[in-house]
Amino acid sequence: MFKKLNNIGDCGIVCDFGDEVNQKINAGVIKLFHHVQQEVLKGNLNGILNYTPSYNKLIINFNLEKITSSKIIDFLKSVDFSKLNLSQNSKKWTIPVCYDFEMDLENMSKTLKINKDEIINIHLNTDFFVYMVGFIPGHPFMGDLNSKLFLNRLKTPRVKIPPGSVGIVEKFCNIYPYESPGGWNIIGRTPTKLFNAQNESSPCLLSPGDLVKFKSISKKEFEKLANE
Amino acid sequence: MSNYFFEVLRPGINTTFQDKGRFHMQHLGVTPGGCMDLDLFSIANALVGNISDEGVLEFAYQGPLLKLIKGRTKIAITGNVLFQIIKLDQEIINGKCNRTYVLDEGDQIDILATKQSAYGYMALEGGFDIKPFCKSVSILSRAQIGPNEGKKIKINDKINIKINNKNKKNFLTKISNNVKSTIRVLTGSQFHYFSKESQKDFFSKEYKISNLTDRMGMRLEGAVMKNIVNTNIRSEGIIKGAIQVPADGQPIILLTDYPTIGGYPKIANVTSVDYSLLIQKTPGEKISFKLIELHEAEQLYNEHLKSISEVIKNIKEIN
Repeated sequence: MFKKLNNIGDCGIVCDFGDEVNQKINAGVIKLFHHVQQEVLKGNLNGILNYTPSYNKLIINFNLEKITSSKIIDFLKSVDFSKLNLSQNSKKWTIPVCYDFEMDLENMSKTLKINKDEIINIHLNTDFFVYMVGFIPGHPFMGDLNSKLFLNRLKTPRVKIPPGSVGIVEKFCNIYPYESPGGWNIIGRTPTKLFNAQNESSPCLLSPGDLVKFKSISKKEFEKLANE
Repeated sequence: MSNYFFEVLRPGINTTFQDKGRFHMQHLGVTPGGCMDLDLFSIANALVGNISDEGVLEFAYQGPLLKLIKGRTKIAITGNVLFQIIKLDQEIINGKCNRTYVLDEGDQIDILATKQSAYGYMALEGGFDIKPFCKSVSILSRAQIGPNEGKKIKINDKINIKINNKNKKNFLTKISNNVKSTIRVLTGSQFHYFSKESQKDFFSKEYKISNLTDRMGMRLEGAVMKNIVNTNIRSEGIIKGAIQVPADGQPIILLTDYPTIGGYPKIANVTSVDYSLLIQKTPGEKISFKLIELHEAEQLYNEHLKSISEVIKNIKEIN
């Protein structure tokens, strides 16, 4: 259940679930996100344009021409959280990753005092939860990593990171959908496309609330999957 | 697909297809995009008799030079734009904005520049023959989403037209030019992160628009906003017009192609009523901010929409 509802600008509402960042809080955010999304797609809240979950907030953007903020706030206040379900809307994914494409394992191993294979094992054995997707299309923020692997961002971000690169920072793991600059510690690369503009019905692989597990593949398997 | 088309002889600086935007996808990292100036977009479509969300060409600063290779079409250009129509027989017509022109086969339209403004629009009777992606033809070039493979218009591109013009009647309307430099805002989610003095400065001092300004954001130079709480926040969803302040204290206004989530504190949000006014400001210009209340912002926006409807109602045939 959210703790506060506030307007942002004249065409946004923020549902604030409190300051903590954990899966329990985020699960509440995602339940509300699924509910709002379903109501909008059913045509019940015409004028709502977007609903963006993050760790502890759901931001709703609306068209001031079509709906008022008070109508949305009334709707949000009437939501019965006990009736919302998370699991039925969450998908489970296994994402192949080739750790031969790592860029930072050597340094991570030194900083963390854990050998490379152990870092990979911890990563492979983590059941990831997609907290949010964003910044650029298809870009997931997943958690939680074992605290043994907690690291900061690189001091100097890289100018170019290849698409599919899998990175970690603190308790989070991400995947870069496009070639982009970035400061995460890169431990491998996936041939799986996270965002495919050719696939109009479902362009984005992961959605907030989904569950992800990684599977280790060889360079050869990577090339094969990448060319499919 | 029809056989009528333009060829691009010069693409312009940042020429893209845009409409109202692509919605219900921000949770997947897809920003809505759409026309920077939605007022000029609606008026351009209305002039050529299109439905209100037909895709148009948006250009910034220097626009494109297009040659109509096959077909006849009616166009309207909105904004404060310097342009010419070069007829097949080399006759040059100096173009006027906010009215329509019929282009015959072989004619060229040369969109030279936006005057004291950033964005202009070209709508086409019946629309461009382009493929939408997720119900929108807006190009998001950063992520290569939308028609034209999600890329800006380039030289030698072929721009397809849906219909051949038959009705040669032309139309015009009048838009009053808004030259104000005060942008009305509401307080942002982290307004209280900034010192009392900075809050006062924000609403009393001028900011200069920097060269680092594009469809995604507008960077400002001026009084440094002193953050007294934390220069980072947990990343959260963004709305158009959010004014964020990174650690260097210089505000950045997030515009139509905004990143879907962001982790900087937000001092204010631009009101919907002044958004089009803001995005037409060019680098080097100075703006200032005025704080208003939510109910005023809502009321002002409704009045603004009425004034745009009036412009559309006042479209008249040219005799």
